[in-house]
Amino acid sequence: MNLHEYQGKEIFAQYDLPVSKGKVVTSLDEVEQACTDIGGSRWVAKAQVHAGGRGKSGGVALCDTIEEVANFTKKWLGKRLVTYQTDKEGQLVSCILVEECTNIADELYYSAVVDRSSREVAIIASSEGGVNIEKVAEETPEKIASISLNGKDVSQGDIEKICSTLKLNDTQSSQMEHIVRKTVSMFFECDLSLLEINPLVIKDDGNLHCLDAKINIDSNALFRQKELQEMHDPTQEDPRESEASKYDLSYVSLDGNIGCMVNGAGLAMGTMDTIKFFKGNPANFLDVGGTATQERVAKAFKIILDDPEVKVVLVNIFGGIVRCDLIAQGIVAAIDEVGVEIPVVVRLEGNSAEKGLSILSNSSSKIQSKNSLEDAARTAVELAK
Amino acid sequence: MSILIDKDTRVLVQGFTGSQGTLHSSQSIEYGTNVVGGVTPGKGGTSHLDLPVFNSVNEAVEQVQPNASLIFVPAPFCKGAILEAAEAGIKFIVCITEGVPTLDMLEVKKIVDGLGITLIGPNCPGVITPGVGKMGIMPGEIHLPGRVGIISRSGTLTYEAVKQTTDLGLGQSSCVGIGGDPIPGSSFIDILELFEADDRTDAIVMVGEIGGSAEEEAAEFISQNVTKPVVSYIAGQTAPPGKRMGHAGAIISGGKGTAEDKIKKLNESGVVVAKNLLEIGSTIKSLMS
Repeated sequence: MNLHEYQGKEIFAQYDLPVSKGKVVTSLDEVEQACTDIGGSRWVAKAQVHAGGRGKSGGVALCDTIEEVANFTKKWLGKRLVTYQTDKEGQLVSCILVEECTNIADELYYSAVVDRSSREVAIIASSEGGVNIEKVAEETPEKIASISLNGKDVSQGDIEKICSTLKLNDTQSSQMEHIVRKTVSMFFECDLSLLEINPLVIKDDGNLHCLDAKINIDSNALFRQKELQEMHDPTQEDPRESEASKYDLSYVSLDGNIGCMVNGAGLAMGTMDTIKFFKGNPANFLDVGGTATQERVAKAFKIILDDPEVKVVLVNIFGGIVRCDLIAQGIVAAIDEVGVEIPVVVRLEGNSAEKGLSILSNSSSKIQSKNSLEDAARTAVELAK
Repeated sequence: MSILIDKDTRVLVQGFTGSQGTLHSSQSIEYGTNVVGGVTPGKGGTSHLDLPVFNSVNEAVEQVQPNASLIFVPAPFCKGAILEAAEAGIKFIVCITEGVPTLDMLEVKKIVDGLGITLIGPNCPGVITPGVGKMGIMPGEIHLPGRVGIISRSGTLTYEAVKQTTDLGLGQSSCVGIGGDPIPGSSFIDILELFEADDRTDAIVMVGEIGGSAEEEAAEFISQNVTKPVVSYIAGQTAPPGKRMGHAGAIISGGKGTAEDKIKKLNESGVVVAKNLLEIGSTIKSLMS
């Protein structure tokens, strides 16, 4: 689960990390009060969306007057911001973060992430900030310090390696040590999977400062992170994806026209690949899970059919635990309930597959059942043309 | 010999009396697995599926001497359950549960490694040695005793590979679902090593997916250490970047973990990559004849 920058900075502040004084505004009326409360005569206004690349897309502005902040707010609030990290629809801007202006001498990069190879939390710091870190890693690896921690322990050697790579002086080095230790505590206490400060800046007075905050929380740990869970902003997700997650369905919308309903994430990806192999285009990834019930199958159908691009539905179920006859009943019930107007191609395999296929063949004329995934995928691709 | 499960495997089920524990334990018993009892705190002294229930793994170890544990407890309690089995001296643990927090696994992995324990999962279908026994949720009837070893990060995709090798009459020596989480108890490499050393395995199918670098690391290991033919399939060749495809681990982030990179690395290491899902069986057959 992702957080907004302003939410991340609230948590940063709780961990005594240096962040800018700021206020969140959700309406034009709040702008003047926010600017007055922050004080000073220059402000930075930042559109809050779950995506990077905001600066390059006009989603961040340096403002010399309250009027400019108001104009920025008017321009973006309730609109959709498109960046290189969003899809073509962009993300809804539901609030604006107004901050005091920071005078920057240098930009650095800092992040902590679960490193799957070492099975540890890794810290990545670079003297090149505000840019794409993968590019830095490729072109100038000497500018990056990458450290694999030992559990929650940060050694003095780790701190020294980071500070020397970032070429920090003594004062900055002790500030950096504070940042590293606090972010590592936060990482473990808040069950994060990513914490990124890009850029971490050196201000013109020489002090380190967190200018951005990107936080991703491990969704599996939300049961014990109730406060963070409440920060969830559903407006940042595809409405069909949020609707699906309410029913424990894993759905990702794509831009093709063959709707897919599969059990298991791996097989769902494999089915998409098979469609593509036969020169078709999947409209979605949808995993109905290992314990698909009639109700969930019906819900899955509705979500798939909600996408107006979908011309045909391909159902691919490998019944392990799931009985195919129950799935077949779910499909028939869903078609009766939703009133499906487009063809549905079904491949059932495994547990009670034959019973399931006979249920399907005795029902709607919209259903074509196939004996193999190959047949089913070819047929769906043909029908979608 | 087969890997991980053989005739001497004595299975304890943690989370024995819950709905998942009950369903899959009875199917495992039906398949012929030697299940010796289960653990459900507070229900010790009772019996379930005609087997004894214990309050703790320690009690079970004293009384029925299990040497393997199969875990179905809910995700918030998995860390505790795995560590309890580990501390009681169980050396082979399979955790089926989905949704275990990554940082719990980071801690657990260190401890089980230190104790020399083999942990499979979490978030996996488990392990089966066809005709001998199963610890997991896979449908036993699609398997056929044979000579192909199967390793996979995904559940239903494993079944697909199993079915294809069964239909072609090749069968399987053992099948291991390592799970789709960012920090699995065992990696592809751990299981490849076991199949390479297993005299009942002639060839290996490795089913991977996008995200992380486990397949790339496995490719490196195969080029140095595996002499048996290996066929691979990578799911998610058409997945968009930045989207989590069901599994916590299946996400292309920052341009890393793409199917293209993985396939290239595997090809360079002498692994034959099936062009699509439908050709896993035929590809392995062509290498074995």
